[in-house]
Amino acid sequence: MTDRTKSQVVVFAAALLLWLLLTASLAWQELLVGTVVALTVALATRDPGGFFAALRFEPLAPFHALRFLGTFLVALVRANLDMARRVLTPALPIRPSVVKVRTGLESELGRLLLANSITLTPGTLAVDMEGGELLIHWVDCPPGTDMEDATRDIAAGFERHLAGFVR
Amino acid sequence: MEPMVLMALLIVGAGVLLALGRLAAGPTAPDRVVAADTIAVITTAAIVLLAAAFDSPLYLDVALVYGVLAFVGVVAIARAIEGGP
Amino acid sequence: MAFLGKVLMLVGALFCLLGALGLVRMPDVYNRIQAGTKAVTMGSLCIIAGVGLLHPDWWPKLVAVALFILLTNPVGSSAIARALYRSGVRPWRKAGEEES
Repeated sequence: MTDRTKSQVVVFAAALLLWLLLTASLAWQELLVGTVVALTVALATRDPGGFFAALRFEPLAPFHALRFLGTFLVALVRANLDMARRVLTPALPIRPSVVKVRTGLESELGRLLLANSITLTPGTLAVDMEGGELLIHWVDCPPGTDMEDATRDIAAGFERHLAGFVR
Repeated sequence: MEPMVLMALLIVGAGVLLALGRLAAGPTAPDRVVAADTIAVITTAAIVLLAAAFDSPLYLDVALVYGVLAFVGVVAIARAIEGGP
Repeated sequence: MAFLGKVLMLVGALFCLLGALGLVRMPDVYNRIQAGTKAVTMGSLCIIAGVGLLHPDWWPKLVAVALFILLTNPVGSSAIARALYRSGVRPWRKAGEEES
């Protein structure tokens, strides 16, 4: 399967899923029209590089995706309690700084997911991406942090799970 | 309308007012964009609350479309600030 | 179940309020993006989950709205942050700290 076909299969599945969520019905007429629409969308998508081809079609991939989702939700809740504490403390305890983080993910999709997760987790905001390096604004940066520390603290946890289902 | 839903709506309304304060105060254009983005997402949530308050799932479609338009607007403005294509 | 839904709604509304408060209190635009995005994303998700518990038959559309917020909100924030960084706005530092 070429990258382009693989990407189209994913687009088809995603479009069909969105259709099912929006119509909220499994009547055969809805399914038929939904399939036609999703097929049209998949075929009309101009995506020569195969954006979604980075997904791994492997037996263990869904398991890794679920683990990633779990880690992510826990981090999201922690991020919010952390942010709430900072905002409500009168002294505003922040030490903002910009750090660089290296990622081993090669595909655009993988990097997008990583950057999104970083933005939604405690005190970090993905600012820019150049090659394999992410630029991150960190609200509470310990003094003297270098790239290795930052990579370990911010990205490594997500990357381990992400690497299981995207390239 | 159920009292707890009304209370949630009031709290969300207070949040929108605070964010409006930032929108008015600025001081720079990006601050206002961030405030507008925040207001848009809070409003999406508020529309979902309205759906519960009026017991009508029609509002959910409104929320979805509102969210889509707000996102496109924010990305367009970000691109304009960046000066890119 | 309905009670839990209402509690989730209130919690979500409070997080939205906190996000807006952060937007007002934070000293520079990057920190404002952080406060705004995180708290408001989580607040919206809580509200949507709460409404989902009150009206279980609405869940497909609620899932669509939730997924959409979860995927687009951080992208929008990162887009603004990148635009700021590229146009030369540097983060605020506490007085007395030197540039590193």
